[in-house]
Amino acid sequence: MTHAATVHSLWTTAAAAPDKIPSPHVEYGQLSPTLIVLGAAIVGVLVEAFIPRRQRYVAQLFVSVVALAAAFAAVIGLAAGGYGTSKARVAAMGAIAVDGPALFLQGTILLVALVAVFTFAERRLDPVVHGNRVDSFAAQAAAVPGGDAEKAAVKAGFTTTEVFPLVLFAVGGMLVFPSANDLLTLFVALEVFSLPLYILCALARRQRTLSQEAAVKYFLLGAFSSAFLLFGIALLYGYAGTVSYSGIADVVDGQVRNVTPALAGTMGNDALLLIGGAMVLMGLLFKIGAVPFHMWTPDVYQGAPTPVTGFMAAATKVAAFGALLRLLYVVLPGLRWDWRPVMWGVAIVTMLGGAIVAVTQTDVKRLLAYSSIAHAGFILAGVIATTPDGISSVLFYLAAYSFVTLGAFAVVTLVRDAGGEATHLSKWAGLGRRSPLVAAVFAVFLLAFAGIPLTSGFAGKFAVFKAAADGGAGPLVVIGVISSAIAAFFYIRVIVLMFFSEPRTDGPSVAVPSPLTSSAIAIGVAVTLVLGVAPQYFLDLASQAGVFVR
Amino acid sequence: MNPVNYLYLAALLFTIGAAGVVIRRNAIVLFMCVELMLNACNLAFVTFSRLHGNLDGQIIAFFTMVVAAAEVVVGLAIIVTIFRSRHSASVDDASLMKL
Repeated sequence: MTHAATVHSLWTTAAAAPDKIPSPHVEYGQLSPTLIVLGAAIVGVLVEAFIPRRQRYVAQLFVSVVALAAAFAAVIGLAAGGYGTSKARVAAMGAIAVDGPALFLQGTILLVALVAVFTFAERRLDPVVHGNRVDSFAAQAAAVPGGDAEKAAVKAGFTTTEVFPLVLFAVGGMLVFPSANDLLTLFVALEVFSLPLYILCALARRQRTLSQEAAVKYFLLGAFSSAFLLFGIALLYGYAGTVSYSGIADVVDGQVRNVTPALAGTMGNDALLLIGGAMVLMGLLFKIGAVPFHMWTPDVYQGAPTPVTGFMAAATKVAAFGALLRLLYVVLPGLRWDWRPVMWGVAIVTMLGGAIVAVTQTDVKRLLAYSSIAHAGFILAGVIATTPDGISSVLFYLAAYSFVTLGAFAVVTLVRDAGGEATHLSKWAGLGRRSPLVAAVFAVFLLAFAGIPLTSGFAGKFAVFKAAADGGAGPLVVIGVISSAIAAFFYIRVIVLMFFSEPRTDGPSVAVPSPLTSSAIAIGVAVTLVLGVAPQYFLDLASQAGVFVR
Repeated sequence: MNPVNYLYLAALLFTIGAAGVVIRRNAIVLFMCVELMLNACNLAFVTFSRLHGNLDGQIIAFFTMVVAAAEVVVGLAIIVTIFRSRHSASVDDASLMKL
């Protein structure tokens, strides 16, 4: 091939006088949820810079809650305005899709973040130190654990109120992630929500070395996976000559035929498409925590401060599944026969792997981490369905699952002994006799994880497996039910441990939370039961929202 | 020179970076390998941009640089904190959570 002789004319001829570059047209109203959250995050940074230390906590909490509530109201407004259904469109010069799945997932992420901010702000669980109420976050993250600087910071009553702007930045990225309509936006959104999460992981007040270790692992593996994602994007760009979803989909479908001779080696080259698509999928599956890209999940979930774990487990999964759905349904539907077998394999090993390894766990946070891996597998079964029902069942499952997770991790923050949270399962023995209410609430969440009827877990699993079976993935459903049964074993085991074994004399006590954590847990229970008892309204909502714009 | 050769170079650099992440044990070196992977992506973007005759790839390369810079800020902060508390940046030493 003589590429050198036939490169595109843009490079060889002196271009004529450049035309005026038209200014981009941005639909600010349709992007308002994201803009509100990111704007509030910047306000949070300014609060950190200009407001006295004593007043920052209240100011930050106020800014975060108001911004998340306002952004949620904006999502509702857009959905009521028909942007989820008839007026679904691509905004911001093709960078962002405003459609049903995007709005549904944005609403879910915002509600999850709002509840998570309550658990972040909790200040009554840890004992009072030097007359100051403290939260789950380090007094000063830069101080060496156990060193003089840390002692001085604790004595001075410092708190890391930066967590609130960090959460808002992460939420801003997560809002863009499922609605990204080109691969560049996808990558930037991925980094915008990942980078604050890496920092948040390192900020635990107790067991700081563990927390820092979790952050290093998450950061290195996260950066590694996003490099794969980026190289995949490069290859897809080489394949299609564009990074917009619809542009790539057109080339995949063979609708673009006027290939210049210079591009004969790249454009429409299937090797580029397959390798690039696989690498982008790899990056997304890492964020989802699907086997074999799950290795970071248990360590990071265990080491990170528990409120952060809850937020991460719920919101990251929602955002990443949204992006995965859009990629598979909008960009690569023409490649369905290639990616379906791969995703089958991933879903099977994820469901079975997560459920089987969870049985051997002795730490409640690690147990929930492996359970989240197994749930990623169940959701993948719905993704594979490639039907409208598949989309809506995944949306419903994500909404149901995220609140159960958030509530479960909020309960974990309550069970404490002298060293902070008592996460070893042996310490949970007999909890039901000592604090029946907390144990009962945790049991509700575990039953929802296990998919017992009258909880949201059952409605979600039923919807996902039904969609998968209708979509021709019967064997997958059988394996899903088997791994649900395995998973139910260890959830029930924890319930038995809590209610039917003698409490240990040196066992943990249950801290009395402030209304912040109480309301977070109450919302978790309420959503779990409402979605379990009367799921139809929300299933309808999800199925109305289940059409991607292209 | 045939521009496709730059793609081979990009793939080679990416592979060297990925192999480095898997083989090396120092967090800083790991991180440098990740940066090498990102730069390999940049080279691929710029090459494809020339092949396709549109500027998207070059713009994306700028975005990648900014993202890589942000990643350096966060990553070095985390690695420096763990180094200060352990006096080691080896990822093998960070194993408190192994079962």
